[in-house]
Amino acid sequence: MRRKAYYVRKIKRATHLLFYTHHRKPGVKGWELRRRLGSDYLKVIGILDGYLEKLDLQVKTVFEGEKPVEKPTVQQLDKARFYITLRGGLTPKETKMMGWRIDDIAGLATAISCIISKKGKAPREEVEDFLRKKLPGWRVDINMNRYIRSGYLAEDENKQLYLDWRTRAEIDQKALVDLLLGTES
Amino acid sequence: MPSKRQKKKLGKERLQRIIDLCKSVEERGLDPFIVDVDDILTVVREFFPEWELPEELCLDAEAVHKLASVIKLQSDWVKHQSTSLYTDPFLLEEKIRRLGKEEVANLFLEVWHPIVELEQISPHSLAEAIKYWQSLLPISDRWLKVSSIETEAGATTREELIKQRILAEKAFSEELEMFWEELKRKVSGAGKIRYWDFIGADTYSETIKRAYITSFLVTYGYATLELHRLEEEIFIRPFEKLAPVFGKKQLISIPVSISVEEWMKWKRGEQD
Repeated sequence: MRRKAYYVRKIKRATHLLFYTHHRKPGVKGWELRRRLGSDYLKVIGILDGYLEKLDLQVKTVFEGEKPVEKPTVQQLDKARFYITLRGGLTPKETKMMGWRIDDIAGLATAISCIISKKGKAPREEVEDFLRKKLPGWRVDINMNRYIRSGYLAEDENKQLYLDWRTRAEIDQKALVDLLLGTES
Repeated sequence: MPSKRQKKKLGKERLQRIIDLCKSVEERGLDPFIVDVDDILTVVREFFPEWELPEELCLDAEAVHKLASVIKLQSDWVKHQSTSLYTDPFLLEEKIRRLGKEEVANLFLEVWHPIVELEQISPHSLAEAIKYWQSLLPISDRWLKVSSIETEAGATTREELIKQRILAEKAFSEELEMFWEELKRKVSGAGKIRYWDFIGADTYSETIKRAYITSFLVTYGYATLELHRLEEEIFIRPFEKLAPVFGKKQLISIPVSISVEEWMKWKRGEQD
């Protein structure tokens, strides 16, 4: 009974930490969770993830670097970022409520897949040219700035675009490429 | 047969072109395989015996360095191609081009799991905010405090500026000349006077001031110091004419302690 109360208390604390934005970026670093929840924080996160499944939510762990880690070390977990994300997909109606137009989503999907296909780095001009084929020119620039501002894309001083932290946290890149290639055209 | 100079010029041009090509591949994300590494290495090897000057060798090193960066890009490219994420860019572009906006968006929605985050003020923060608000002065009051006091512009006098220590009573050079005259008067026939006998005054602050001006007398060539190390005595000897300061002799600095204790000791000795 005492053990159950212990975990209930820890899960509540983990929920507060993960749902509420504490820093400029959402999510909590592994070391922060370890410090606030104790060394068994992964177990607490696991139980919370089980509860969230019923609500179509999940705790997502994003490791530093591009690739996901299968058996992470303590150091890798410390540096990883933990987020609460939607477990399933969204419907087009729901995205409208979130303030995303179909053009914005299609543009984001195209920009991300374009960058993935170019080994994670592509000139902004090239990506914009590609988007202009289906979107009005004035909208392309506005959208591109929005993707950068939200953290989906990053741009360096040489006007090269990269995938940023939000893409790594929210988008299953491999599944996106597979779906696009698997379409009948 | 081109001369050595011509060959050098040609070599420099070719190295610069190699550097520019590698830079554009690196910065503009071009296909790194457009750079023919073997061909470039042949050029670098061909001209290497010509280089003698450091800047020529630097150019050669830079070309090799840039080539190494391109080779790294080629290696990354090969690694990426072997991963599951590798997709032929042309194939993917073609697919996206043929799909409608709605289709692309619907596919994306299947793989998009947006982050859930909340922003909400807690009752505790609200209570703190109300407390802060209540203790906050009206903006008109706060601005009044930082605003400067306006005063009317007016005229001032030289005496007033001296009183406020903005202007000195006498020009420094004038004061120095007066000190020099005083020193010459005091030494009379002996030609020199004990340092402390000259700078010592009734008050400690006046003594400091005199020592300060005396240091300029010595530095500017109005007088010189004589050190009698065995007796531990310092004398000051004025020059009749201003001596050139930066002569052949090397200038040295002599630190002299003017502490309160020293001053008291001097004062007691004088009174005795």
